[in-house]
Amino acid sequence: MARKDKKEEKLKMKMVRIYIMGKEYKVPEGLTIMKAMEYAGYRYIRGAGCRAGFCGACATVYRKEGEYKLNADLACQTTVEDGMYLVQLPFTPANKATYDVNKIKADDKTLVNFYPEIARCVSCNTCTKACPQELEVMDYIQSALRGDMKKTAELSFDCIQCGLCAMRCPAEIAHYHVAQLARRLYGKYLMPKAEHLEKRVNEIKRKRFDEEIGKMMKRNIEELRKMYNARDIEPEEEEEPKREGD
Amino acid sequence: MYPKEMQKSIKKVEATREERLKKLPERMNEKERDEVLKKWHPDYKPEAKRKIKIGASKGSIVPHEVADLIEAYPLFEPDEIDLSQIDYDTDILIIGGGGAGTTAALFAYYSGIKPEDILIATKLRHGDANTMMAQGGIQAADKENDSPVIHYLDVIGGGHYANKPELVAQLVMNAPEIIKWHEELGVMYDKKEDGEMITIHGGGTSRKRMHSAKDYTGMEIMRVIRDEARNVGIKVLEFSPAIELIKDDEDKVAGAVLYNLETEQYYVVRAKTTILATGGFGRLHIQGFPTTNHYGATFDGAVIAYRAGAKLRDMDSVQYHPTGVAYPEQIVGLLVTEKVRGLGGQPVNADGEQFVHPLEPRDVEAASFIRECYGRNKGVVTPTGMRGVWLDSPLIEMIHGEGTIEKRLGAMFRMFKRFDIDMRYEPILVFPTLHYQNGGVEINENAQVLSKNGVIKGLFAAGEVEGGVHGKNRLMGNSLLDTQVFGKIAGINAGKYAKKAKKSKKLNLKHVESYINELEKAKIKEERKAPLLLPDYREKNVLSRAIDIL
Repeated sequence: MARKDKKEEKLKMKMVRIYIMGKEYKVPEGLTIMKAMEYAGYRYIRGAGCRAGFCGACATVYRKEGEYKLNADLACQTTVEDGMYLVQLPFTPANKATYDVNKIKADDKTLVNFYPEIARCVSCNTCTKACPQELEVMDYIQSALRGDMKKTAELSFDCIQCGLCAMRCPAEIAHYHVAQLARRLYGKYLMPKAEHLEKRVNEIKRKRFDEEIGKMMKRNIEELRKMYNARDIEPEEEEEPKREGD
Repeated sequence: MYPKEMQKSIKKVEATREERLKKLPERMNEKERDEVLKKWHPDYKPEAKRKIKIGASKGSIVPHEVADLIEAYPLFEPDEIDLSQIDYDTDILIIGGGGAGTTAALFAYYSGIKPEDILIATKLRHGDANTMMAQGGIQAADKENDSPVIHYLDVIGGGHYANKPELVAQLVMNAPEIIKWHEELGVMYDKKEDGEMITIHGGGTSRKRMHSAKDYTGMEIMRVIRDEARNVGIKVLEFSPAIELIKDDEDKVAGAVLYNLETEQYYVVRAKTTILATGGFGRLHIQGFPTTNHYGATFDGAVIAYRAGAKLRDMDSVQYHPTGVAYPEQIVGLLVTEKVRGLGGQPVNADGEQFVHPLEPRDVEAASFIRECYGRNKGVVTPTGMRGVWLDSPLIEMIHGEGTIEKRLGAMFRMFKRFDIDMRYEPILVFPTLHYQNGGVEINENAQVLSKNGVIKGLFAAGEVEGGVHGKNRLMGNSLLDTQVFGKIAGINAGKYAKKAKKSKKLNLKHVESYINELEKAKIKEERKAPLLLPDYREKNVLSRAIDIL
């Protein structure tokens, strides 16, 4: 594509130095760490996943020349900077508790029973600083310790389970596993059930729609097209629920 | 931060915002839809496709990128593999560890197969899949004003009536039960205080039936079912894609050859039954489009199933998601969830004018964006020469109140904020991006894979790899649903099948040998090999000097 060539030309105008595990490469300014490593010649097996910030496969730590701070971020969502020393951490060794979600309770001791190490939290906040999602990790560990399932679930909801928190934690907590358990307990036991869902599932079990669906399956394209084009579309704004059969 | 030129256009968008809030453009009628599709949708370019020369769907028209992999030689010679030494012996082999594969494993377990007799083999990590990235939601007709019948009509009309009716029926009739299952597993769906599911419209829906978990819906579902699979003790082999199916003397599928990406050795898996759940093909970059898809979305499962006799269907149509990121450059092609439009974000051109209803079916919406940029020249041009249209996100907070974007579109907000764009106050620039494989390996209502001569024994498929559910165009929220519904059906039926089936005595790769013969007969040169396994994004100047010596 001509457009792409032009784009590359433009990018090549300014290069930055990055150090992949200490080894220097010159890459175009403006690339993400992930694309920069590919530019340098790396072909990922580990360390790349969704490439869009959802899967946590590309956890990366880096330090910039002359700075004391050790940064943690996702390679697919972070732009390279001149003098960046980086290494990927594509796997985190961390034990997950196993449980039968139907047999455990959402009480204030469950989390600490399954993950007693949360009691070792020294509130140093390193986990929070390491989180590429900018979650309040330490706060949710503290709520987990207090047995506040709702807060733990809500504060941790955007967690992509990259493991960077667990890698940095001096108390050796596997935060993201704790959070997973909290969310499941909250979702299962503490959030209110959807009654309309239960009702519909029962209707389907009682074969309420079987005949109508059967008819639909037999319709020819012309009939379906007519029906499709004549659909009434539920308006955007909230209104009184319609009667069945509408 | 937008460059100055783009900021000028933003001023125009701001100037019309109040007015636009009051009124949406009319939805198109059928004729208008057809017109814009034929002229502007990438699927309607005949030069981008060709007929397949060999195999069960010989003569079908597919994109060149697909045909290139179908008309390609295996990665190894069949006689290089020693099938007499079995590395893994299992009841059920599931190829693919995404939403469909994981759900299949759980339902096989629920139907009485022991966890140690189920093996998930996956190319990357367990959960590395497009499922994880699905943001917007999952459809299910579970409200009073809705029904599976209405859902059915939306699906089949959206799919241009090309869908297989029995598959659509399975999709819509199983949907509520899937959501219920999720609720019981602890998926945190967005709910009102009384427990009612918060549901919104998606493109092409006639009822608000899109369930979501913020804009991390797929991630939340995937995390929970993976956690459950781990609790149950399902075995998972990571970084071990299947590179060929194995058959037995009775022509049943009897397992697969896996390839350990890290040690480069192969494994022979013997299985009573095999479920294909390998996902789609976004990383083939059809027609050079950027993609929203996962790194591993390279069509592998369909390639190996085709060699085993599977038919393909609806592969002539490709889904381009209307709203891929067009700026900034670092994230071009990534998904901007349809939920942004579902919540009131409007597509607007460079002059701040509306030009299409925000919630037309995806193909129509995408074609309209392309027309606006290349037909009417009303797109916004970025510094790298990319064109796009605005998606006016600040409207969302005007409609639903301050804080809505952070609360309900947290992933989107975060993604743009990383590049100094605040979508609460500034619109975002979008252009269609390659999103979904509408078609795939043909299955029946029991998720069994079909050949020209009926069912291929011992082989099931679920999720994006299979075709027929969505016809020529999938609606938002039906892909997550597809992975879950057909994963469940495949898991249950594979479980039943495995209970009755005996272990295959003699394994063979005869189908691969015959396929090679067919390739040779069709005079296809041995220059291409498949499956692809991973895309290669290394720089040209590196590749040109790469030598394979270790």
